Amino acid sequence: MITAEFDYQRVSSVADAVAALQAGGEDAKLLAGGHSLVPLMKLRLAAPSRLIDISGVPGLAGIERDGAQWRIGALTPHARLAASDVGLLNRVAATIADPQVRNRGTIGGSLAHGDPASDLPAAVLALDGSVVAHGPDGERTIAASAFFSDYMETALAPDEMLCEVRVPAMDGYGFGYEKFHRRAEDWAVVAVAAAVKVLDGACVDVRVALTNMASTPLRAGAVEAALRGQPATAEAVAAAAQRAAEGTDPPADLDADADYKCHLARVLCERALVAALAPA
Amino acid sequence: MSGSVTVHLTVNGVEHELEVEPRRLLVHALRDDLGLTGTHVGCDTSNCGACTVHLNGDAVKSCTILAVQAEGSAVTTIEGLGGEGNLHPLQEAFWNDHGLQCGYCTPGMIMASAALLAENAHPSEAEVRHALDGNLCRCTGYHNIVKAVLSAAEAGAGAPVAS
Ligand SMILES: Cc1cc2nc3c(=O)[nH]c(=O)nc-3n(C[C@H](O)[C@H](O)[C@H](O)COP(=O)(O)OP(=O)(O)OC[C@H]3O[C@@H](n4cnc5c(N)ncnc54)[C@H](O)[C@@H]3O)c2cc1C
Ligand code: FES
Ligand code: FES
Repeated sequence: MITAEFDYQRVSSVADAVAALQAGGEDAKLLAGGHSLVPLMKLRLAAPSRLIDISGVPGLAGIERDGAQWRIGALTPHARLAASDVGLLNRVAATIADPQVRNRGTIGGSLAHGDPASDLPAAVLALDGSVVAHGPDGERTIAASAFFSDYMETALAPDEMLCEVRVPAMDGYGFGYEKFHRRAEDWAVVAVAAAVKVLDGACVDVRVALTNMASTPLRAGAVEAALRGQPATAEAVAAAAQRAAEGTDPPADLDADADYKCHLARVLCERALVAALAPA
Repeated sequence: MSGSVTVHLTVNGVEHELEVEPRRLLVHALRDDLGLTGTHVGCDTSNCGACTVHLNGDAVKSCTILAVQAEGSAVTTIEGLGGEGNLHPLQEAFWNDHGLQCGYCTPGMIMASAALLAENAHPSEAEVRHALDGNLCRCTGYHNIVKAVLSAAEAGAGAPVAS
């Protein structure tokens, strides 16, 4: 399959990318790994008039510990994140598709694409992470909780580029990511991300987020509230996980109807919490 | 709109300069412009892995990469791994262990396996299966493919692939 025609432009700085987006108008798109955009273009579900290739912009593919947070460059491929020490995100990245896709797909593209079935958005949301975006007026930081606005829509303006993802280091937390899919390399039907901190046998902090349970990734607030302060026991986890589908609105699709997705959310939530409580 | 763009690629150690439309896929540049038809197009939707090649040493699906995105890169295809008379240990093992029937998926299977062995010279069976998540075979049932990769590893196929 061949994409529609487009103009191609390679840029070597963030400033040039933003200028190219401004000059290119509404139909110009940034191209990072291309593993969401190129398949859509081949199916002619997308037909941008201009692709601005940011993959050669130096300094954006790397992971750095900066005090109590991790700074992850937008062009960091999933494979690199999977091999890193970034809590939760490393195990989430390892579940994305297959090795070939993980070698090309980037964290910036994954978040900017805004697909609620993608794995990294819920994980960044669970950690209360943020993204750094550059636009014509300079730089701004957007909290993950304000970033995912609707199905395939984010808070990024058309002339903004996502440059960095920041997540807290989460020292002392345990993590779990449980993803249910029907074929080896497939997208999640539903997935649940969990991060839990235990002190003196009690769950002092609980973060849970859901993949593909609504038009955006969601925090499972009811589960978090139910488990916070409770003893780190199988019983407490099982009771809290029962609330995983509260406040969700999963769309029915070819893989599952809404009831089944709610059931999956509860089962996977319990498994993710159990994994997060397991000794490292 | 579009026009053509000059792309510089080193494919199996040979430098090439190609004039391509921006929408030319890497797999078509390899097959149609350079005549390297060992790399196959199976699904054309990024799922089957028949088009797997190495880009600067990493296994990638060349049906999902524009040729212009590969500017300045080193590409290794199945032809670069080995050929008649000097088969790579993986090619040898797929032959010996009946790791293929129709052979359509084989170049991609071998390139994905070569990337695995370059990183992990002695994988477990589970690691081999996991590393081949992105490669589909409609004939063999995978059993002999996995067997071939394991016996190639035993034969020392894990040496880095030259590009
Ligand atoms: C077969 C297959 C299976 C997959 N399975 C999964 C899976 O299980 N889970 C999963 O999470 N993902 C999956 N993916 C998607 C993959 O992770 C993508 O690579 C990723 O979602 C997008 O990253 P990219 O760098 O390829 O983005 P691109 O395709 O280059 O871009 C995607 C979108 O984001 C925009 N964009 C890219 N970078 C930036 C930036 N820095 N700033 C602003 N906008 C930007 C682009 O303009 C475009 O609109 C799969 C892909 C394939 C092909
Ligand atoms: S042809 Fe590229 S993945 Fe199937
Ligand atoms: S041998 Fe026929 S598809 Fe694998």
